[in-house]
Amino acid sequence: MRETKNKTFADKIWDSLASVKLAIIIFAVIALTSIVGTVLEQRAEPARNILILSKLFGESAAPVLYNIFDKLGFMNMYRSWWFTALLVIFSANLIICSLDRLPRIWKQIREPLNPMSEDQIRKFFITRENVLKGKPDDVRDFVKGALKTARFNYAETKEEQGYQFYAQKGGYSRLGVYLTHFSILVILIGAIIGIRFGFSGYLNLPEGAMSNVAISSADRETPLGFYVRCDNFDVEFYGKSDMPKEFRSWLTIIKDGREIVKKSIVVNDPLTYAGITFYQSSYGLVPGGLDRGIFIFNLVSRDGKGSTLNLRLGDTFHLPESDISGKIVDFSPALKFDEHGHTVTYANQMNNPAALIEFSESGIRKFSGWILKRHPETWQLPGGGRVEFIDYWGVEYTGLQVRRDPGVWIVYFGCIAMSAGLFIALFMSHRKIWVKLIENKNNTKVIIGATANKNRAAFERKIDRIVSMLSKKQAGGK
Amino acid sequence: MDSSFFFGLSTMAYIGAMMIYITYVFFKKEQVGVVATTVTIFGFIAHTLAIIIRWKEFADLSGMGFIRSAPLTNLYESLTFFVWCLILGYLVIEFRFRNRSFGAFITPIAGLALAFIDLTGVSKEIQPLVPALKSNWLLAHVTMSFIAYAAFALSFSTGLMYLIMETEKKNEPAYIFWTLTFGIFAVLFVTMGIDFLTFQVKVRPEIFIHSYLFRTSFLNPAVVVKILSWALAGTTLFLAWRYGHILRTLLVKFSITPDMLDEITYKSIAVGFPIFTLGGLVFGAIWANKAWGVYWSWDPKETWSLITWFIYAFYLHGRMVRGWKGKKVAIVAVIGFTAVIFTYLGVNLLLSGLHAYGSR
Ligand code: HEM
Repeated sequence: MRETKNKTFADKIWDSLASVKLAIIIFAVIALTSIVGTVLEQRAEPARNILILSKLFGESAAPVLYNIFDKLGFMNMYRSWWFTALLVIFSANLIICSLDRLPRIWKQIREPLNPMSEDQIRKFFITRENVLKGKPDDVRDFVKGALKTARFNYAETKEEQGYQFYAQKGGYSRLGVYLTHFSILVILIGAIIGIRFGFSGYLNLPEGAMSNVAISSADRETPLGFYVRCDNFDVEFYGKSDMPKEFRSWLTIIKDGREIVKKSIVVNDPLTYAGITFYQSSYGLVPGGLDRGIFIFNLVSRDGKGSTLNLRLGDTFHLPESDISGKIVDFSPALKFDEHGHTVTYANQMNNPAALIEFSESGIRKFSGWILKRHPETWQLPGGGRVEFIDYWGVEYTGLQVRRDPGVWIVYFGCIAMSAGLFIALFMSHRKIWVKLIENKNNTKVIIGATANKNRAAFERKIDRIVSMLSKKQAGGK
Repeated sequence: MDSSFFFGLSTMAYIGAMMIYITYVFFKKEQVGVVATTVTIFGFIAHTLAIIIRWKEFADLSGMGFIRSAPLTNLYESLTFFVWCLILGYLVIEFRFRNRSFGAFITPIAGLALAFIDLTGVSKEIQPLVPALKSNWLLAHVTMSFIAYAAFALSFSTGLMYLIMETEKKNEPAYIFWTLTFGIFAVLFVTMGIDFLTFQVKVRPEIFIHSYLFRTSFLNPAVVVKILSWALAGTTLFLAWRYGHILRTLLVKFSITPDMLDEITYKSIAVGFPIFTLGGLVFGAIWANKAWGVYWSWDPKETWSLITWFIYAFYLHGRMVRGWKGKKVAIVAVIGFTAVIFTYLGVNLLLSGLHAYGSR
């Protein structure tokens, strides 16, 4: 008594987990709840979501609604227990539904074809009938040729009044759907591996500095197992605008005191070492370090010879073959001249670094001027020489995302397999064809029956081509 | 001759074709139909040339090489590409199904969309790319997404036409659904048009939405106008519901059967879905992983793509596995494309206003 009751209960659960109805319900539930997750900001300060809710529902309702949504886990919903549960049910549904159906599908694929009676052939979705001149023995080769051209690997039986040919192909395309379904599971597994065994953090590395840890999201330091050093960082702009064209960090990986890898990275082109990937993500000025950098100038004398200078704020340098000396007295990370010709610093990034240099001849102050990185005309000196501003080094940091995701290749593999499965499932079909030749007063009646599990119209066009091929061949053969 | 000349040419051709197709539907003269198709093809060729020329202009300007310079980087360029795919899809259907009446529905969308882009001054400037956008994955992602969107747009119009043809009673849910959808689209289109014509500003779309959209109507500072707009919108919806059946009598004149519409809806989704999966979701994820080191971060745009994907998965399973036919799945097809529009425009325009980020 209890046995059977248990069994029916288990059966019921199995049946509902195997049903496509459940799948459809889950599609709808995931889609609908996800909408809420795009309206509310995930993992944000409470104030931001209260603001959003008050924009939508008014000031008075917002705090109450916030509490309700917060209790339901909507502030971090994609990691909430119920969203996880939805995904678990979704996966169970997918597995059980596929297991439930696969044996039947497998049988349909493997089932050999049998010759059919005339009546049976006429009942197929696609039927064609045609009369060709000559006995079945004469027509036989045309039919074989046509089937071969259509790439059917046919079987043949001799019958009382003639022959029958039958063939099928594309049976395995029935598995495309299951490839898609299982790939979805593969993707989920890859994602779980990434979450369980991966690491995600960031690292703000000043020029010249190195680090053997990255900061994870909870402000914890995670050891990398090696050092990464930022040798240089540079931003390139579009023309003279302030729109960044590219920002680039020159990184070096150092392990056991040896430099192992050197690579410059930009957005979309990261550096990977020992499974850990460094992505260029942001940049900025080292706080409080603005006057501690090194100016790199290129000093070009009148005859065009250049020499590099590394200087600090307050340093003095001499121009070759003259009594003139320059002293760096001021610095601005982003200098421009306003309409009155006054200098202003317009941004707190190194958009257009500039140095104010005071020139003296034999110890007497002669003139001073700004040297801007972006405006070559400021480089010219009265003596004929030139000072070029190459870089102000050591004051910027590069913002790196640091990640390790051992699951990502599993996810990619799953994605590609899923897409392949979809193309197979939606564009390929299992096609079957029977061709019966019946002798009819020195002529041959050709009866064709065909069916496909999908895209029947396309198959029908193909059958029509076979038919016209047959008549043409015969016309040509006579 | 620059790209805008050819864009202008194709816009005019599509609008001309629209009128000829409508004439064709009413008079059913074969010659008229041939002219309509010819004009459409002419517009399509001009459109293709325009895209290629713009591509070259951008490549010369940016010096980034040909592939990276594909003209798909901003709203203007992607909308034009979308229209291009739509026309291509339509031409395929016209030849496949040997039926032209459908053109009377598609060419207006194409012509109006191009004219709309032109009138509203969606910025046509060729803009330099921010670093994150310089990626071949992004190019594949955007191209394929728009091909899929165009397929979904086709399924949307055939789905809607199906509903128009197959609903008879004013109190049946499918009728209420399509008349309301139709009404809402009409209201949005008209109010946005009034905004554009009133303010005549050429700013980035995000800024337009933020500071100008619906300021002449629903968000008008004058309370009277505001209330009036809402009332008018309500009236429009009511009228759509009250007189929606007139459209049906019009459609019956077309030589389109509901079965054919159902078939085209399915075919378009069957083509769009795998392309969207591979191009929209997978390539998008690979690009995000290259640029930021996460293939999936549940940001609103990604999540909306996923929602769209689930809606179409819902459609495929409902139709193919559960055997739903007709109105039920047509409604899903219509909802699916609404989600596409939201993924593409709504997320940038509406949600970013709500979230006040938009830095990325
Ligand atoms: C979002 C994830 C899913 C995607 C992308 C997907 C995709 C597909 C596609 C493309 C088809 C072929 C439809 C056709 O015949 O044209 C299909 C069929 C099917 N799907 Fe899914 N599917 C998903 C999830 C599920 C789930 C969770 C179930 C659970 C029951 C399920 C059950 C089925 C079944 C039973 C079929 C019919 C198989 C057959 O014809 O032999 N699918 N799916």
